[in-house]
Amino acid sequence: MMKQLFPIRHVIGYIASLVLSAAALAVIYGDFSHAANIVILSVTALIQASLQLFLFMHIGESADTKKELYINLAYALFVGLVTIFGTLYIFVWGWYS
Amino acid sequence: MNFDIEKFKVHGEPLIYGAMISIALASIGIVVGLTVFKKWGWLWREWLTTVDHKRIGVMYILAALLMLFRGGIDALMMRLQTAAPEMKFLDAQHYNEVFTTHGLIMILFMAMPFIIGLMNVVVPLQIGARDVAFPRLNAVSFWLFFFGAMLLNISFVIGGSPDAGWSAYFPLASLEFSPTVGNNYYSLALQISGIGTLMTGVNFIVTILKMRAPGMKLMRMPMFTWSVLITNVIIVFAFPVLTVALALMMFDRLFGSQFFTMANGGMDMLWANLFWVWGHPEVYIVILPAFGIYSEIIATFSRKNLYGYTSMVASMLIISLLSFVVWAHHFYTMGQGVMVNSFFSISTMAIAVPTGVKIFNWLFTLRKGRISFTTPMLYSLAFIPIFTIGGVTGVMLAMASADYQYHNTMFLVAHFHYVLIPGAVFAVIAGFHYWFPKVFGFRLNERLGKHAFWWIIISFNVAFFPLFILGLMGMTRRMYTYSAETGFGPLNMISFAGALGLAIGFVILVYNIYWSTRYMPRDESGDPWDARTLEWATKSPIPEYNFAVVPNVKSRDPLWAMKYDKQPLFEDKITKIHMPSNTGKPFILGVVFFFLGFFLVFSMWIPAIVAGVGVLIVLAAMSFDRDHGFYIPADKVIKTEKKLGGGTV
Repeated sequence: MMKQLFPIRHVIGYIASLVLSAAALAVIYGDFSHAANIVILSVTALIQASLQLFLFMHIGESADTKKELYINLAYALFVGLVTIFGTLYIFVWGWYS
Repeated sequence: MNFDIEKFKVHGEPLIYGAMISIALASIGIVVGLTVFKKWGWLWREWLTTVDHKRIGVMYILAALLMLFRGGIDALMMRLQTAAPEMKFLDAQHYNEVFTTHGLIMILFMAMPFIIGLMNVVVPLQIGARDVAFPRLNAVSFWLFFFGAMLLNISFVIGGSPDAGWSAYFPLASLEFSPTVGNNYYSLALQISGIGTLMTGVNFIVTILKMRAPGMKLMRMPMFTWSVLITNVIIVFAFPVLTVALALMMFDRLFGSQFFTMANGGMDMLWANLFWVWGHPEVYIVILPAFGIYSEIIATFSRKNLYGYTSMVASMLIISLLSFVVWAHHFYTMGQGVMVNSFFSISTMAIAVPTGVKIFNWLFTLRKGRISFTTPMLYSLAFIPIFTIGGVTGVMLAMASADYQYHNTMFLVAHFHYVLIPGAVFAVIAGFHYWFPKVFGFRLNERLGKHAFWWIIISFNVAFFPLFILGLMGMTRRMYTYSAETGFGPLNMISFAGALGLAIGFVILVYNIYWSTRYMPRDESGDPWDARTLEWATKSPIPEYNFAVVPNVKSRDPLWAMKYDKQPLFEDKITKIHMPSNTGKPFILGVVFFFLGFFLVFSMWIPAIVAGVGVLIVLAAMSFDRDHGFYIPADKVIKTEKKLGGGTV
């Protein structure tokens, strides 16, 4: 009974999010190389994003809306990547020099 | 806490004192009126607590009309100030505030809510649903938008309006160069209403994907519903960028962070970048639903089905993707290299292709149609050539090297008014005339409607065409005055005359609402235009449950098929209907958010924290609300249907 009532997945997700955010702070307070910092940020960000998708947004649950879900994800990924790499393209790689 | 009454005051202009007095008088008038006519209870029960998508839609449209006049008065003041050389009507600061709020209000608090209002009224009806997927969330969306808009509007008399342009470019908008609270209002008012819009986006995607009547496949949806679906997808992916950018702006201005400053690793140009990553898709958020409205109206009044349905859908999908890869064309002159500008030039010009497809589809829908020239149809027909001029000048601006000549001139101002006014304003007016009888049960008067149309259409061109020439002559946007030697005077005077004509047109439009309410005969049929789609298959005015019986859709134009091909639409029996109950919490949430925003604007931390806790409390109260709605019994539904008369069931 208790097992059904207690939202164990959400609590795990919440704690994991806090831990991952704290881990990412290592970039500021730790003394790592630039490459190591980027790796730390990418790995924690990826885990963080998947936690959101699986524990809070229940991406694995319903079968009948799978297609819409993945189209949405692909669209979100497209917009996110375009924004990030487009900004880099404008201000770093393609900047007039 | 650094409380300082001086910060609240706006000094100087008799115009501002006039505005203060009129706001005070209007507020007193409303309060006295409601008390005298004992309407407080009615207001609370029927409107402030409603979760009915139709009423929420009507409130959106009312707010949008009010804002249209507020933004329109801004426009008149600007045109008057520039009507002749060396005018002394407004000073530079006041002029800056007026063009900033004009842009903000027209885009975010007029075009957006007008479109979201039509969306609210029409989409659930077009897909045969009884409400949106999350009726309470819908009310939350509306009240957040409404109080965000109110927060921006009081800035004019309390503390001073934002004055760095509607795009609020840094470093101008930073605390260093804009020390007044104006741009705090900008970040907070937009943030609050933006959250509401984001929730609308989620709500309508779910509604359209999950609540369609049986048989209505995606490719059988009316074109307006398709355009709304795609628009909301853009909202959901574009608005988070604005949310983040505004939050960073707020941190910069209130808490001394350095995201957009020019020192300490800050990057002022990143604001322009993020703003347009949101801002360009935003343009399509207001224009795609307009395309949907025109598609409905042109098909109805040509008495033909829409030409090229599949290519219409495909071109909107392509536009939605392309809208995310063109944003740098708003700042070609900022300093990025040739490769970057070439890329964004080409992606921008590519948008002309799917848009052209749509123009030809409308023309082919008209071809050999039996066209009736009603008011909504006139706006739709006027849209095609005027929008094409706007589009072609857009392609001119899209060429990066040529843009160095036009950049930030009146040519640009003329261009975006030539796209946004036919592309959004004419569309919402056309949609307003078209769906008005559905909501209120009578049509707007055609003669007055056409009068307003001709005033608006002619004055629009008189007001904005001279700006193309002024731009090429070298007049830049946002200049508050000029000398007689520049030779800008005569064309600006013509433009001012056009602005006056537009004002007359809009006054006639509103007079038409008043006149028609008093004198127009009621429409008994529920289908006054002989239309094609589901929203006309129910009674007008629409009963609260929308459809007594859920329709069974078998084709793209189900009502047309029912009327002319004898295809049955309502085959089930009337049963009890499940409805959501009203709630006052969304309204209270909006009020609390308003105070949170207001206190943050003035850096009054303790009241702001109290209001912030208040927001959390209301949210928690909403989460623990156990209300499963109520049922309307079948015999009551039958009685209502009989009373509304006419008949499909």
